[in-house]
Amino acid sequence: MSIQSVEDTEVKAFPAKPAEVVAFAAKARRRINPLAIARRLATALVPPAVVILILLVVWQVACSSPTASLPPPSQVWNEAYDLIAHPFFDNGPQDIGLAWRVLISLQRVAIGFGMAAAVGVALGALVGQSVWAMRGLDPVFQILRTVPPLAWLPLSLAAFRDSNPSALFVIFITSIWPVIINTAVGVRNIPEDYRNVARILRLNQLEFFIKIMVPAAAPYIFTGLRIGIGLSWLAIVAAEMLTGGVGVGFFIWDAWNSSRLPDIIVALAYIGVTGFCLDRLVAAAGAFVTRGTTAK
Amino acid sequence: MAAYLKLDHIDKSFVRGGQVSEVLKDIRLTIDAGEFVSIIGHSGCGKSTLLNLIAGLTKVSKGAVLLEDKEVDSPGPERAVVFQNHSLLPWLTVYENVNLAVSKVFGRTKSRAERHGWIMRNLDLVQMAHAKDKRPAEISGGMKQRVGIARALAMEPKILLLDEPFGALDALTRAHLQDAVMDIHARLGSTMIMITHDVDEAVLLSDRIVMMTNGPAATIGEVLSVPLARPRRRVELASDRTFLRCREAVLKFLYERHRFVEAAQ
Repeated sequence: MSIQSVEDTEVKAFPAKPAEVVAFAAKARRRINPLAIARRLATALVPPAVVILILLVVWQVACSSPTASLPPPSQVWNEAYDLIAHPFFDNGPQDIGLAWRVLISLQRVAIGFGMAAAVGVALGALVGQSVWAMRGLDPVFQILRTVPPLAWLPLSLAAFRDSNPSALFVIFITSIWPVIINTAVGVRNIPEDYRNVARILRLNQLEFFIKIMVPAAAPYIFTGLRIGIGLSWLAIVAAEMLTGGVGVGFFIWDAWNSSRLPDIIVALAYIGVTGFCLDRLVAAAGAFVTRGTTAK
Repeated sequence: MAAYLKLDHIDKSFVRGGQVSEVLKDIRLTIDAGEFVSIIGHSGCGKSTLLNLIAGLTKVSKGAVLLEDKEVDSPGPERAVVFQNHSLLPWLTVYENVNLAVSKVFGRTKSRAERHGWIMRNLDLVQMAHAKDKRPAEISGGMKQRVGIARALAMEPKILLLDEPFGALDALTRAHLQDAVMDIHARLGSTMIMITHDVDEAVLLSDRIVMMTNGPAATIGEVLSVPLARPRRRVELASDRTFLRCREAVLKFLYERHRFVEAAQ
């Protein structure tokens, strides 16, 4: 009798038990999480670190002979140590740290690219909306977008008679094409239903543009912006090499003229890292803004 | 009494590449205020085109759509449409989707607080107030369609146009939503026109069923009155004689007299 009753209670208790076990496992898994994060970080960071190390060693070996034309990393470190260690020094008008120079170039990019983004989205919306605007403008855009950034520089110098607006114009004209073309594609792909909703509500052109067109085309627009900011960063460095001023592009040209090769190498690293950050910044902004639009 | 909505000898043809294709021919129909009318027919017969004509989304080729003796020639909120695939804007929450309509239609006439109350009342009407902060991607198909109905109702339309509103839903959800629409129709007394290809749905919901012949140049073949008292309950109606007779009449029209011949398409 007693044994049976014990068995009964055990049997009754049984269904409750597995649930507890599951809950426990989940807790245990959560405890491992920091380790998992560390592991994920390691898998992301260790391979590039190893590759960079190997590249540095190869570079060091290749450029160590006295006849080598380029400096090895050790020499870069020794001679350009000031530039690497003090990005924010300021010793007068032409002797400033690389971070300042990058910021000045970034400021130019911000102005030029900002204008390109505003004008590009507006023009892209026009081309995407109107069949006649597309027929007329699309061939022009397709031809102009293949013109290399620096080819615009002499013309813009002639037009503006000043180096700073010319540099801004080169950024503008370089980065506007992908913005226009991607916006136009995005606008053309707005579902007919959204247009019908807008028509039933009698949204005017401006309301339609702000409330339907821009959010619906946002994923495309941000693709264009991302390509555009990459191009404008390419263009500014090249334009500054020719127009002078205090940007990072001019710094490279100046270093070349006074044979400071290690400085050039440090500047290249700055430019690369900055370009990478710009790209990620626009990508992150795009992911944030379009988080609702991609899922149906 | 003059008709509330009048479709006066409407023809519709599309021209593509020099080829004229006649879709609708000589559509004549009058609908009274507060009526629930279904339009049924095989696919490709131009039902959706007819609804778009009433909505003003496409223009008639000949004839006229008259709403309260005024000609309809462009879309507007007084003829709100519930679309087949809900067409909620995915970047807005449920509340914001309805708000888009309310702030456009009542932006001048209602205060902010009144607009908020009106949005919530319409969401309540379709029992979606609890999900007001969710985005369309986070709710089920049936819920999206409910919000679509709330958005249309929030425009306070003279006529609500439903374009196969339950076509993409499973049978159970569909039944729930049909009940919801019947309930709203009873409470608000609104005029509704619904496109459907579901015979049971048409008989259950409608005061009159407009049956379309096959295209090209489709027209109204027959109009059937459904003399069933409201409120209607689907379980009781399943064995109701009038219901079955109406159902049979529609089925006969669709499958005997105007059989959908695929080879001809």
